Amino acid sequence: MSNGASIELGHVGISFGTAQIVSNVNLDIKPGEFVCLLGPSGCGKSTLLNAIAGFLPVAGSISVGGDRVTKPGLDRGVVFQSAEVLFPWLTIRENVEYGLKIRGVAKAERAKKAEHFIGMVGLAHAADKFPKELSGGMRQRAQIARVLINEPSVVLMDEPFGALDAQTREVLQEELDRLWRKTGCTIVFVTHDIWEALLLADRVVVMTAGPRAGIKTIQPIDLPHPRDAASPECLELFRRLRDDIGEEVKRALEQQGLNREEEPAT
Amino acid sequence: MTDATQQTPTRGARTGFSMGEGMKRVLIGVLSVVIGVLAWHIGAMNTSPLFLPSPWSVAKTTGEMIADGSLFVAIGASAWRIAAGWAAGVIIGVPLGLFMGRFQIVRLLCDPWIEFFRFIPPIAFVTLAVIWLGPGEITKIALIFYCTVFIVTINTIAGVENVNQLRLQAARSMGASKLTEMTTVIFPSAVPFMITGARIAMGNSFLTVVSAEIVSAQTGLGSMIWTARNFGRTDWVFVGIISLGILGYLFDRAFRMATRKWFRRFLF
Ligand SMILES: Nc1ncnc2c1ncn2[C@@H]1O[C@H](COP(=O)(O)OP(=O)(O)OP(=O)(O)O)[C@@H](O)[C@H]1O
Ligand SMILES: [Mg+2]
Repeated sequence: MSNGASIELGHVGISFGTAQIVSNVNLDIKPGEFVCLLGPSGCGKSTLLNAIAGFLPVAGSISVGGDRVTKPGLDRGVVFQSAEVLFPWLTIRENVEYGLKIRGVAKAERAKKAEHFIGMVGLAHAADKFPKELSGGMRQRAQIARVLINEPSVVLMDEPFGALDAQTREVLQEELDRLWRKTGCTIVFVTHDIWEALLLADRVVVMTAGPRAGIKTIQPIDLPHPRDAASPECLELFRRLRDDIGEEVKRALEQQGLNREEEPAT
Repeated sequence: MTDATQQTPTRGARTGFSMGEGMKRVLIGVLSVVIGVLAWHIGAMNTSPLFLPSPWSVAKTTGEMIADGSLFVAIGASAWRIAAGWAAGVIIGVPLGLFMGRFQIVRLLCDPWIEFFRFIPPIAFVTLAVIWLGPGEITKIALIFYCTVFIVTINTIAGVENVNQLRLQAARSMGASKLTEMTTVIFPSAVPFMITGARIAMGNSFLTVVSAEIVSAQTGLGSMIWTARNFGRTDWVFVGIISLGILGYLFDRAFRMATRKWFRRFLF
């Protein structure tokens, strides 16, 4: 199956008009690596991910598998935060087949592959339903199947489990871990949940508060899978990441005028 | 009355209401019509037939016009003009709207004209249409086409502009080209808007056909209403108005049934 591609970010800067959101980001991601992006809300995690996806023009350079990124491409699958991106006029099966269909893959082969990927995310019973008939967690799984069927070498995920309840999230995290192992693709995963990052990532990248956000620290997580969140190593890493992010969140809030110490007591 | 009440069970079941609920809805509707006709009857008893013909005399006239076939000729003429002009308007308006919504250059080229013409009702063009196209069928159809194409185009543009940007990005990252994007994401997203536009246009086509027929036609409901004046036959006017109302209702019903049957999955 698909094998991961490397991702190289060299002096990447991203601006909207005159506002520079991300500045001078350098990051090399190895093929098959699982990298989590953490950072305060609004710092530019989604923006950076969208840039790798090819949705945004950037300063500096972004390469995937050695090729310069200039536009969206099949090598980079994108799982969005909201499952709204499923096409509501197509059934789950048709949604999953979409990528193959527009590339003219024959019907029989399409059906076979769709069957496989729909089964892989546990939606066989719901294949002929429309997205609106599914729960949030099921839709998110459908979205993941729709991306993986194209066998991208890089999967970009923007808080894909953010809107789900804790139980569903846990199940999907385990599923994702399994799928990642199976496909060997490279994953860049945005989250604001430190535990989620600890559970999944090979490396956690913490971003600084914006504007002109950059990389604050890069924390390797050298723990065997499946990981035990209650282990002392995990707790130690959690503490370290929490302190790093805490600092940045505080800075971000101060910039937005939410300084707690200065708040008048009521 | 009995006819209407006999229909209720099937209709109630089809629309998903309980039998009682469906029956109640129809009964209230029928009651409203009966009260209206009664009021009309009382009004007619106290005025001259030239001012307000009674429901009974209108019914009799309707019977005569059905018997000699003239009513169906009139209805057929109007229905054909509406159907042809409206269908042509939808067929041209949808792609036009898609292109204008999608390509800014097309949009910029068309915008001043659209902004200008949108305030000019088709009736204003009746004289011109007759001069340019003659007194034939094509004139009436062209006017209905004009009023339809506008509404459908403007609504389709709104639909294109309303397309969910994330869905477009998703399609692109799955390998969609500009053309594929148009046919597989933008078009389906805009379908509900096109349908709304086509439905409003249907209503406007009825307005247009009557004015066009009043000015330049020997057949059709508009012409029938207008010639009634020369013969002092107010009852013909009533037959024409009632036929228009029923025809419009049937067209709208058929349109809604067709869209529900063929475009159901797009009406999310
Ligand atoms: N299209 C845009 N135009 C202008 N500014 C934008 C645009 N998109 C994002 N921004 C700005 O860029 C900054 C980063 O936004 P981004 O969505 O990347 O943050 P994030 O880190 O993903 O936050 P969150 O964790 O809340 O999702 C924000 O300050 C936002 O206001
Ligand atoms: Mg975000």
